[in-house]
Amino acid sequence: MPDTAIAEAPAKAATGGNILQVRNLEAWYGESHILHGINFDVNAGEVVTLLGRNGAGKTTTLKSIMGIIGKRTGSVKFNNQEIIRATSDKIARSGIAFCPEERGIFSSLDVRENLMLPPVVREGGLPLEQIFELFPNLKERLNSQGTKLSGGEQQMLAIARILRTGASFLMLDEPTEGLAPVIIQQIGHTIARLKKEGFTILLVEQNFRFASTVADRYYVVEHGKIIDGFSNAELAANMDKLHTYLGV
Amino acid sequence: MRATFKGTPKGSGAGSMQALYAQLLVGLINGSFYALLSLGLAVIFGMLNIINFAHGALYMMGAFVAYFLLNLGGINYWWALLFAPIIVGIFGMILERTMLQWLTGLDHLYGLLLTFGIALIVQGVFQNYFGSSGLPYAIPDQLKGGMNLGFMFLPIYRGWVVVFSLVVCLATWFLIEKTQLGAYLRAATENPTLVRAFGINVPRMITLTYGLGVGLAALAGVLSAPINQVRPLMGADLIIVVFAVVVIGGMGSIMGSIITGFALGVIEGLTKYFYPEASNTVVFVLMVLVLLVKPTGLTGRAA
Repeated sequence: MPDTAIAEAPAKAATGGNILQVRNLEAWYGESHILHGINFDVNAGEVVTLLGRNGAGKTTTLKSIMGIIGKRTGSVKFNNQEIIRATSDKIARSGIAFCPEERGIFSSLDVRENLMLPPVVREGGLPLEQIFELFPNLKERLNSQGTKLSGGEQQMLAIARILRTGASFLMLDEPTEGLAPVIIQQIGHTIARLKKEGFTILLVEQNFRFASTVADRYYVVEHGKIIDGFSNAELAANMDKLHTYLGV
Repeated sequence: MRATFKGTPKGSGAGSMQALYAQLLVGLINGSFYALLSLGLAVIFGMLNIINFAHGALYMMGAFVAYFLLNLGGINYWWALLFAPIIVGIFGMILERTMLQWLTGLDHLYGLLLTFGIALIVQGVFQNYFGSSGLPYAIPDQLKGGMNLGFMFLPIYRGWVVVFSLVVCLATWFLIEKTQLGAYLRAATENPTLVRAFGINVPRMITLTYGLGVGLAALAGVLSAPINQVRPLMGADLIIVVFAVVVIGGMGSIMGSIITGFALGVIEGLTKYFYPEASNTVVFVLMVLVLLVKPTGLTGRAA
């Protein structure tokens, strides 16, 4: 199935208007050509998950959308504005927030400073009381050094700090990686709650079981291309294919 | 030969305690310059990862700008304390935008060589026009004279240099360690890519940080002008010791630079009293010892 057709078909399950449109996205790390023409859409209010094996290009896709990858071509439209040539600070200020795979907690900052670090880019961000309601552990550890938190708490902090900013489109890169099942469950509840609050979420996950509890739609990435896509309703019918794609 | 304030030679008998206090004061004054300069170097290294060898030349420019402001524009010392750091800071920001920014991601050696070249050019230009001898810069009227503290005589200007430097150093520390802007700076030191992805214009912040570090050097230059005179090589003489201070304190450590700057000034002063022959080398001996025991410096973190 051609890429563009994949991008269009699952979008029918949309819950709102098109918010992100990625077309023919290519990206390079130095001389290495990583993305070979990625196409997909995300609609407002959805949770869309990029699935794929290690090294397939999922994280690079997020980084390319965020403007972190130096060399990239194609088209990325956010709210109908072309952002492929924008710098990452301008992309962030347009309302996209990114939570990296390695969490990016700053060791020279305490939890409070880490939490307050990203500037508010627009109105509508969650107030601190609501953030502490979602992540009560953080409130108790505000004065601790950011990197002294447990892995789960660091992940919560990494998500919490982008909720303040007013960004409505969140990109979460493997938020469950290396976490205990009970924490994964808590992060799942948080994502479901954020969806209810109206956030649109683009998720990168290798943990398919976790993704299936929160996602509306899935795209499968392989060798820097989207090779398949389906909605949550079509999941059961696609399980065999999915196992093959993910090698599980 | 370094052009730091020499103070009174070691005395004997009843005068020896006075000589000790005098050397302590000399140490504190030199420590003030070490602290201001090493603080600027630490800020620049922390943020830009550049070992700024042009720092001494920019310190010298601060003193010359104060001299020009007074002799060409009739602008006095107090305004020079404000304008000279701004003017030299803008010059530094132009250097960063036009040259240093292209070194991002390269080995430290490139930055060191480039800034060393800049220092030689700047010093050469000033030497060409003003020779090597010092130009006089008078102590402002309000700071002339001295105070008898009972145990020693304190020249007011020297007391002012110590207090003002300490206030500026602590204000800089507060800015970096206790404010939101400082949190951006510290975070960008660790992971500039992610900080930029949060919506902060990191390249502009880097330029301003370089301007701040350079401004601190220029401020030290203005403070130094009435004590050491204004000379094209005044920065070249001082910068090697300042680098030793930064190495001892720990590259990139703000409080480490301040404390080490003042402490080494005092140690140098005490050495002048107890064993004058070693006063010019004591800082370097300490540097060697620190590098042997703790290569990241007393308060520095491993990379």
